[in-house]
Amino acid sequence: MNVLHFVTSFFTDGAHWSGYDGIPTRLLEHLTYSLEALGLAALIGLPVGLVTGHYGKGGNALTLLATAARALPTFGLLVLIVMVAGFGMLPVMIPLVVLAVPPILVTTYEAMRSVEPSPVDAARGMGMRESDILLRVELPVALPLILGGLRSAAIQIISTATIAAYVSLGGLGRYIVDGLYQHNYEKVVGGATLVAALALATLAVFWAAARAAVSPGVRQT
Amino acid sequence: MSGLDSPGNGLNPTVPPVESGRKSQTRRVFGVLIRIDSVTKRYPDGTVAVDRLSLDIPDGSITVLVGPSGCGKTTTLRMINRMVEPSEGTILIDGVDSRQQPVNTLRRSMGYVIQNAGLFQHRTVVDNIATVPRMLGWSKDKSRARARELMERVGLDASFAKRYPYQLSGGQQQRVGVARALAADPPVLLMDEPFSAVDPVVRKGLQDELLRIQEELGKTIVFVTHDIDEAVKLGTMVAVLRTGGRLAQFAPPAELLSDPADEFVEDFLGADRGIRRLSFFSSAGLELLTAPIVAIDATAEQLAARGATEAPYLLVTGLDGRPLGWSEPGGLTAGQIDAGQLLPYGRPFTAGQDSLRAALDCAVLSPTGWAVAVDAEGRAAGVVSQAAIGEAIRGAHAHAHAAGPEAAQKATTR
Amino acid sequence: MNRFFDIPSDLQHSWLGLIGLHLREALLPVLGGLLLALPLAQLCVRLRWLYPPVLWVTTVLYAIPSLAFFVVLIDYTGQTELTVMIPLTVYSLVVLVPAIVDGVRSVPQETLAAATAMGFGPVRRYVQVQLPIAVPAIIAGLRVATVSSISLVSVGMLIGNQGALGNLLHDAQIYNRPELAWNSVLTTAALAVLVDALLVGVRVLLTPWMPSGSGATRTRKEATAR
Repeated sequence: MNVLHFVTSFFTDGAHWSGYDGIPTRLLEHLTYSLEALGLAALIGLPVGLVTGHYGKGGNALTLLATAARALPTFGLLVLIVMVAGFGMLPVMIPLVVLAVPPILVTTYEAMRSVEPSPVDAARGMGMRESDILLRVELPVALPLILGGLRSAAIQIISTATIAAYVSLGGLGRYIVDGLYQHNYEKVVGGATLVAALALATLAVFWAAARAAVSPGVRQT
Repeated sequence: MSGLDSPGNGLNPTVPPVESGRKSQTRRVFGVLIRIDSVTKRYPDGTVAVDRLSLDIPDGSITVLVGPSGCGKTTTLRMINRMVEPSEGTILIDGVDSRQQPVNTLRRSMGYVIQNAGLFQHRTVVDNIATVPRMLGWSKDKSRARARELMERVGLDASFAKRYPYQLSGGQQQRVGVARALAADPPVLLMDEPFSAVDPVVRKGLQDELLRIQEELGKTIVFVTHDIDEAVKLGTMVAVLRTGGRLAQFAPPAELLSDPADEFVEDFLGADRGIRRLSFFSSAGLELLTAPIVAIDATAEQLAARGATEAPYLLVTGLDGRPLGWSEPGGLTAGQIDAGQLLPYGRPFTAGQDSLRAALDCAVLSPTGWAVAVDAEGRAAGVVSQAAIGEAIRGAHAHAHAAGPEAAQKATTR
Repeated sequence: MNRFFDIPSDLQHSWLGLIGLHLREALLPVLGGLLLALPLAQLCVRLRWLYPPVLWVTTVLYAIPSLAFFVVLIDYTGQTELTVMIPLTVYSLVVLVPAIVDGVRSVPQETLAAATAMGFGPVRRYVQVQLPIAVPAIIAGLRVATVSSISLVSVGMLIGNQGALGNLLHDAQIYNRPELAWNSVLTTAALAVLVDALLVGVRVLLTPWMPSGSGATRTRKEATAR
């Protein structure tokens, strides 16, 4: 009940709805960090996962790389980079990208490997170019799983982007970190609720994207 | 069964007494479309999949590669469209080395059908079929129109056009696979065990359909199977390969059955090749007796006259001429013939169209030992005894033997 | 190098002590998560309709930032290790439940039918047939959950130095000693890699029937060989 009370008082406080520390501003900041990190991670993870998955080579190296990236502690990385390189966007982006690349990379690779070999064989036998086989035969079938990897990366980023506040940047983490130092639990709970809501919205967006982009012929349970 | 027994489905009306229907086309001189010239495929680990194989695949007919697993039949097929590159030797397509043109151009000029159809599950049936035309730069509308035309050709209802592969049965998927391979009208069709994954009834339908399509379009088809019955049914020429990728025999199916090159081929053909070979002899030469046939409304005089024939039984037919059943001559009373009291007549064969195998089968199945021949409309055309069929078989064998050496020479290329 | 392992006395632990603490704080939650996930997953396998809502709930819980989770818990469990371990337990569910469900579902129907036909009861069948066959999938899930748990413990530093190796980060900042931050990050990463390798070893020991190396690649190659 305590928590619920905090939530209502946080959201009914008019002061939380405007200004540079208002919910819209913080939400937008949080979204911006998250999208940037997800975009960067996808830019790295997707092509590498697609190509290695298509050729079926380098799977072990990929797993090793993903394990190493997963092993790096996100929060420690943030503090370390701040100490070495100073404040800015970089200390936030690097840990978030390191966090998001493994799920994207590994799921994309495995999604491509899970495509049945017979349509690929048929496509090759029909004289389809390798790039077309990858993009038009394998990718559409692997898409649901790939979207799943992106979704899980997105959720992790949204949850973790709160660390930006620890290094004096904005985002929804502002409420949590400030709340912690000001012993204002209402703020902490309000911020956490917003992050969870954003995650929920992200799930919905990915669900809709899957509905729109995945062919009805590709049935995924 | 009738499909197996009448490979030509009577499409060739001037059936010679010895060989029926389509098989007689081996007598026609075909051009050679694909020449496989002492080709070897050796993998890096040293295994030899295909060993100095030479084959001339004739134009406009079905050549079947058959053999046990590990005989290199699929590898051979895949070397034709360069899915596998030969280690040694050359493959000539229409006299030109297959390595002369870009690999994808080569592949687009050949249809390719594989075991589980390999359909693109994210594309509808029309879009699956339209794949190669689209790759060749046809417009969307033209490709789809062509796809719909092909759906009809392979016996798929137009209502399937917008469905996805998961909504089709295995047999329907395979029809789409064949249509997709035919879409750009390639002269060559490569088929790798296309019907192995469907049940026997559907498989028979697909085989008949393939024969029909081949008759209509005259494609050069190279067909891989491990099923010798399928090879014998479909092949104009059959290449039997042995483990290790060597050619054991290359001959028309009838010759394969009558003169297996060695023990391996004989074993591979199975125990009843003598019976199966009868598929290639037409029943047209059988002498059919019409005397033992009476209509259900026969008068007492007609019954009395029929009683004196050489057959120990009379075949009663309905008013439409279709057979009803057998009866002993004494057991019939004019005007009171009860169809329910008659002995079953088994399965009739279509005179002239079915093979001697079908005729013999009918006689064996009939409780009286006599086979019933019907015409194309199903009316009783006559009856024939097991003894008479045996006589015809001996005659056909003698005839085939006389024509044999010359026929064998024509068929075996090297 | 000396300064690298020179741990400030306010942390009240040696380097090895911090490692032990870190492992405890990271591994106990995964163990707890596994104990929770096993029955929950079995329930999801039995009642298909339950699986999607369970997935959504675990995902949303997972999305709650660890720091906020810690802060809320302080009211109940104080600034203790338990406050760090409870959220980590909850987080591990988002990985473990689907891993176990997929693993158990991947057991072929024929295998189950064969087991039933041989007279296995539902419990015996679960323990002796389904679970062993699901081991590779479960361990794959455990690997991800463990590595992520080891990484997350560090955040505990923010609630009164409950972050084990993460506490080095705090001292690195107040004493301006970057090498302590390096120590924290590298030691944590090394721990994660080590535990991950250990789990792979456990998988190999538990599943002697699995071919080593990537099985998928091999079957695919074989399929296209002829």
